[in-house]
Amino acid sequence: MLPRSLRHACALACLFVWTCTQIGPVFAADAERPSPLRSGIEFTSADVRSLQDDDFQNPGMLWVTRGEELWRVAAGKSGKSCADCHQRAETSMKGVAARYPVYDAAAGDVVNLEGRINLCRTHRQAAKPLVYESENMLALTTYVAHQSRGARVEGAVPTELRASFERGRERYRKRIGQMDLACTHCHQQNWGRTLLAQTISQGHGNAYPAYRLEWQSLGSLQRRLRACYFGVRAEMPPYQSPELLDLEVYLAWRGRGLTIETPGVRR
Amino acid sequence: MGRNPRSLRLVAAVALAAIVAGCAAGVRSASDALDTALTATPGDSARGREVIAGRDGNCLLCHEVPRTGVRFMGNLGPPLAGVGARLTPGQLRLRLVDSKRLNPESIMPSYYRIEGLVQVAAAYRGKTVLSAQQIEDAVAFLVSLR
Repeated sequence: MLPRSLRHACALACLFVWTCTQIGPVFAADAERPSPLRSGIEFTSADVRSLQDDDFQNPGMLWVTRGEELWRVAAGKSGKSCADCHQRAETSMKGVAARYPVYDAAAGDVVNLEGRINLCRTHRQAAKPLVYESENMLALTTYVAHQSRGARVEGAVPTELRASFERGRERYRKRIGQMDLACTHCHQQNWGRTLLAQTISQGHGNAYPAYRLEWQSLGSLQRRLRACYFGVRAEMPPYQSPELLDLEVYLAWRGRGLTIETPGVRR
Repeated sequence: MGRNPRSLRLVAAVALAAIVAGCAAGVRSASDALDTALTATPGDSARGREVIAGRDGNCLLCHEVPRTGVRFMGNLGPPLAGVGARLTPGQLRLRLVDSKRLNPESIMPSYYRIEGLVQVAAAYRGKTVLSAQQIEDAVAFLVSLR
């Protein structure tokens, strides 16, 4: 028979081990949003930050300017421009990007900003949809999102978005590719650590469309997401696929409260 | 013994818990190592250094490894200085082949496994990250880190 104190010790040790096995998964499930919430710009160097902060230097402003021109150009059989219906984007588009993606009842689907622009083109302007990630699509999206610069990401999940949100959440945790990694492994569990010489960000979308130095160009959030798929050696879902839209919905919720920076500048 | 003050019992409990946890981590079970080499050709340390520091292994993305001549290295995984003294060749081999056999939650990719992977890009489908010989070479280099 063991002395009483030793028996107590054994019991405590068992309890300790059991508790560890129990709280692990619960804690992981609760820790869905990084705390404190930090925009990707905080993980970049001073030169990237100053590039983003100065509109005369920020290369993304070229797309804003181009978008502003396109806003007033008539398109399609309707002969109407964006401005003909929406007038001044500075007022009509203010805060819109902070609410996207949304559920569109008429489309019966999740619609991001690019999707909305194309719905307007096909339904209202009787024009051809813009090719995703084309210069014109990037310019218009950036111009529209830019009107929300400084607004906070709302990231609401109304009932109609719930299913998409849940799929996005699941997708965020799914290991994929030859590297067998999920988004959460880098951007939730290990943000702030370094991958070679780069600090891993929390993976928010509040700067997009953003100019990326690595691309020497501006790109959409979906292009950035696809780059991560490429990185883990996974099959890349096509632009505007449900998989990427679901992720966008989840990311908006995850990054709610962050300030929109479009056009952001990233490494 | 039964009259020990409560604080002393607590110390004993914590110590025992630590011992239990320590044993669990340090146990050399059959599943802790892959003692059989994957190839008949013994690993070559110099080639292993290339695997680890080069694009094939990309180990420096996450680990700090001495004798690679690289200045900036990642810190997602533990530093590997002295790893040859801490782990046996068999233990190192298993960690390269499939570290998830030890810890299913690990973020370390499995360098010699094709089963159980999903949505792998076409260019990599059905292929292991490293070849069997590259694993042996990498093990030989890691063993030399003492």
